[in-house]
Amino acid sequence: MTAHVPALLVVLPLLAAVLVPLLALRSVPLAQLIAMLSVGGVILGAGLALRRVLIHGTWHYALGGWAPPWGIEYVIDPLAAGMALLISSMALPALLYAGPVVAAWSAGQVGAFYSLFLLLVTGLLGMVVTGDVFNLYVFLEISSLAAYALLATGGIRAVVATFRYLLIGTIAATFYLLGVGYLYAITGTLNMADLTAQLATLHTSSAFVVAVAFLAIGLAIKAALFPLHAWLPDVYTYAPAPVSGFIAAVMAKVSVYALLRLLVFVLRAEGAAGQALLLLHWAAVVAVLAGALLALAQQDLRRMLAYSSVGQMATIVLGITLGTPAALLGALLHMLNHAVMKGCLFLALGGVQWRTGQVQLADFVGMGQRMPLTMAAFGVAAASMIGLPPTAGFFSKWYLLTGALEAQDWLAVLVLVGSSVLSLIYFFRVLEVAYFRQPGVQALQRELPWRMLTPMVVLATLVVLLGVWNQVIVTQVLQYALPHGVAWPRT
Amino acid sequence: MGMLSLGALHYWLVACLLLIGLHSMLAQRNLLKKLMAMNIMQVAVIVFFIALAAKTGGTVPIDTPSIKQVDAYINPLPHALMLTAIVVGVSTTGVALALLIRLYRRYGTLEEPEVLAQLMESA
Amino acid sequence: MKTPFGSLLLDAACRLMVPFILLFALYVVAHGHDSPGGGFQGGTILAATMILMRMVHGQEHLWGLHRLSALRLACAGIALYAGIGLLSVLWQGQYLDYGVLPLPVSTARAHALGILGIEIGVVMAVAGVFVLMFDALTAWGEDD
Repeated sequence: MTAHVPALLVVLPLLAAVLVPLLALRSVPLAQLIAMLSVGGVILGAGLALRRVLIHGTWHYALGGWAPPWGIEYVIDPLAAGMALLISSMALPALLYAGPVVAAWSAGQVGAFYSLFLLLVTGLLGMVVTGDVFNLYVFLEISSLAAYALLATGGIRAVVATFRYLLIGTIAATFYLLGVGYLYAITGTLNMADLTAQLATLHTSSAFVVAVAFLAIGLAIKAALFPLHAWLPDVYTYAPAPVSGFIAAVMAKVSVYALLRLLVFVLRAEGAAGQALLLLHWAAVVAVLAGALLALAQQDLRRMLAYSSVGQMATIVLGITLGTPAALLGALLHMLNHAVMKGCLFLALGGVQWRTGQVQLADFVGMGQRMPLTMAAFGVAAASMIGLPPTAGFFSKWYLLTGALEAQDWLAVLVLVGSSVLSLIYFFRVLEVAYFRQPGVQALQRELPWRMLTPMVVLATLVVLLGVWNQVIVTQVLQYALPHGVAWPRT
Repeated sequence: MGMLSLGALHYWLVACLLLIGLHSMLAQRNLLKKLMAMNIMQVAVIVFFIALAAKTGGTVPIDTPSIKQVDAYINPLPHALMLTAIVVGVSTTGVALALLIRLYRRYGTLEEPEVLAQLMESA
Repeated sequence: MKTPFGSLLLDAACRLMVPFILLFALYVVAHGHDSPGGGFQGGTILAATMILMRMVHGQEHLWGLHRLSALRLACAGIALYAGIGLLSVLWQGQYLDYGVLPLPVSTARAHALGILGIEIGVVMAVAGVFVLMFDALTAWGEDD
């Protein structure tokens, strides 16, 4: 059975997704348990896969027994295994957190919610383990459709935001498909390893340039890179808390992973792919600052976190496009850290909204007394976003800054420092209002139920632990996830 | 110059459909028309892949005992890929229609400016 | 649909056409291996017959596919697909490798039968989903 983990990583949540809606009609707690067990199984499988690929090297799994390049192949290297572990590890807290949130819904609706969540997890896992570019499109669309349906459960404003996201996301996926079509037209293959081999002589072809353009734009829209980020703030603002906690933590990152996989691992940053990396670099430089500035301007805290996410995604893309080993390590470490931090922040904020109905900055006065554990989790995650040692955020920013200095890209250094200062301002003002101002009327202390508190506390602890263990993570895991032998273009 | 030859006609068709779809998605004010434009854009990509599969003098990829060479059949792989793409398009349209129905029930209109105006009022 | 069309002409046409469309759907599914056809196409045609019955006759002719049954059908279809893949794993093959299934036929034939099984799963899933979609999109008075 362990020899089939690559396929089982995707099949297990899929089977759970079709089982859960039928089970929920009989017993909702049983359905929730099955959902969480399946995600737990994926965590185990991903951990196993990570251990195996760190020891033995890349794992190739041919689906259906058909050898590549004619068959679809699942390829697990340390980067893919790490992403799979990240996705499933963020799904479990979100599923646990969702219990009290959906308690008021009917059994059919709860079943549908969990089923869609598991389908989203399936789609994201499929995107990271696949070794075939068209299979990536299929899983991209599976995850996107599940996300559209999940995000629309948050009320009528969520429906409007999600419809816009649907249109923009479909444009992005269609562009990606068009890029795949051009690559297929010039090479005749869809397998990633085979594409790398076939494209070695084809970098000057104009079809290659068009393919790269479509692929890069499509995936950049999905990764919410400024100025293609406009769908993100509304969507993250109005989504229900467990959904935004998971999607904000993971979904845009998987698109950034796909961008990395295609432009660097498959297309080897040659020719037009290298120029695409340059353009993404400039877009990321602007986006880091723009995200931080726009976050500063928000009074609605969810929207503030959404714009902060735009800025942080751009930080990860900036690290990738800088190209030095330290910058790449910083980008990968930041993918991990930001997922945990942002997930914790959205879950905490969602908890406050669920209990008190308030998300405006001005209404957070005295929240530190009213919901101490929730705000403590928020505080730890916010400290990490600002970049205070020994939390995880400090170390990923350290690596990114080191990488930017190595590449002698002073503009990147400037925007990274600038965005850190800005995030200090907009996070600290929340903590100041929550802890250092006394409300006029003393409100009762009402904490959240344990099923919502536990994920937050676990994630906040993880933020600190990831900071403490960052050395181990970088040297034992992330170093093996870096691409080899690729020459990055310099500005 | 390949761009003006007769063989490139289908690629011009793809470009026209893609741009019609993209432009309408951005410029139309009715949400349902935006959705239909999205479908047009997806059809453009489907036609692109199918055009890649065609061969001069090739026949349909159904296994006929009288045809011995594999080269005589057109490429069936893009056709299979586009089946999946069509299904994806149908599913996306289904989800979008469900969203639109909820919007219509709540606001009574599918014109985007009116929906946004009502949203602003209720904020 | 809450209000069926229900005129005599539509009723007669429906009665004539539906058996042939059903038969064609099964034909398309069964011939998916050797000619254009397969799960998606056959499932769509099958769903078309059910939607036609719903449009012409309304609620009395649901063919037993009210919402819960359609959901069960769709889930069973996907479970069948994934299950055949897992069966291959049980017999020491790769996931979805039908050649290792212990059927008393040649390997190529086992592949063909395995794909037929998969396609039947897809037909069930597609038909169930289309019926669910149609019911959900046309149920004016009901909630989600």
